Amino acid sequence: MKAAVLIFPGINRERDMARAINMTCGHEPAMVWHGERELPAGTDLVVIPGGFSYGDYLRCGAIAARAPVMDAVRAFAAKGGLVLAVCNGFQIACEAGLLPGVLMRNENLRFICRDVYLRVERSDTPFTRGYNAGQVIRVPVAHGEGNYIADGETIARLEGEGRVIFRYASPDGMIDPNWNHNGALNAIAGIVNERGNVLGMMPHPENHVEAALGSTDGRGLFAGLAETLKRAA
Amino acid sequence: MKARVTVTLKSGILDPQGKAVEGALRALGLQGVTAVRQGKVFDIELESADKAKAEVLLKQAADKLLANTVIENYKVDVVG
Repeated sequence: MKAAVLIFPGINRERDMARAINMTCGHEPAMVWHGERELPAGTDLVVIPGGFSYGDYLRCGAIAARAPVMDAVRAFAAKGGLVLAVCNGFQIACEAGLLPGVLMRNENLRFICRDVYLRVERSDTPFTRGYNAGQVIRVPVAHGEGNYIADGETIARLEGEGRVIFRYASPDGMIDPNWNHNGALNAIAGIVNERGNVLGMMPHPENHVEAALGSTDGRGLFAGLAETLKRAA
Repeated sequence: MKARVTVTLKSGILDPQGKAVEGALRALGLQGVTAVRQGKVFDIELESADKAKAEVLLKQAADKLLANTVIENYKVDVVG
């Protein structure tokens, strides 16, 4: 594994992410500044972390999505490189055209900071091989704009092609409006691109990797990624 | 040359901020407001004195950055 964690002004989860990768994969990722035009040689995983890039000015993620480093990320993804985009990173990935759709203001207009339950829809992706399909995991969210929407045709394609990877669910895995805290269409919490190598998700798996914080449900994602990259090597 | 780009949400896109403003207007006792949609206005100053060129440039600006055309429409007005 040779991970690169991107840093934009206003991003604040990059150290959580680096720490989680280190704790779960035993690898210290490179931290890559947004003005770079190339990723470090040999990079096999790009992580776009959460935070408030550019203070959420204009639209969440809009300005970061146009940073020089994102051209390198688009080229990396086009060649099949793995990209994990979390929270503001998900918003950036959508704005950058790496993923379809938009994250809108939460339906209840509130910033939501709490643990949520996610149903893992598939285990046969590079990101989720550490989980079983249908498994429910508990991870935190912290966002004001996580309400996923896309046009009807895009949603139909996402669903038809099995590209919804995580959904907000009840603790026993039922999809229920009461547990869809931000109002996302079809309770969508995480999706992959057409090729399956770019994952965007609002919740923070990187914050549930050590028992002291109450749950280690996020470990499966990093362990799965490490296993994917090990097998590819 | 001055110009204004107005960005609005496409119809059918839920606008919780507009809804909240609508509710607040109602709470103020202002009668007769049936709907509010919130948008953005960009006042832009340009080097060019050529209106056609300015419109091309602003359209690029809107497509590339100012609007997310998945959810938003925009209108370019060159003021002169």
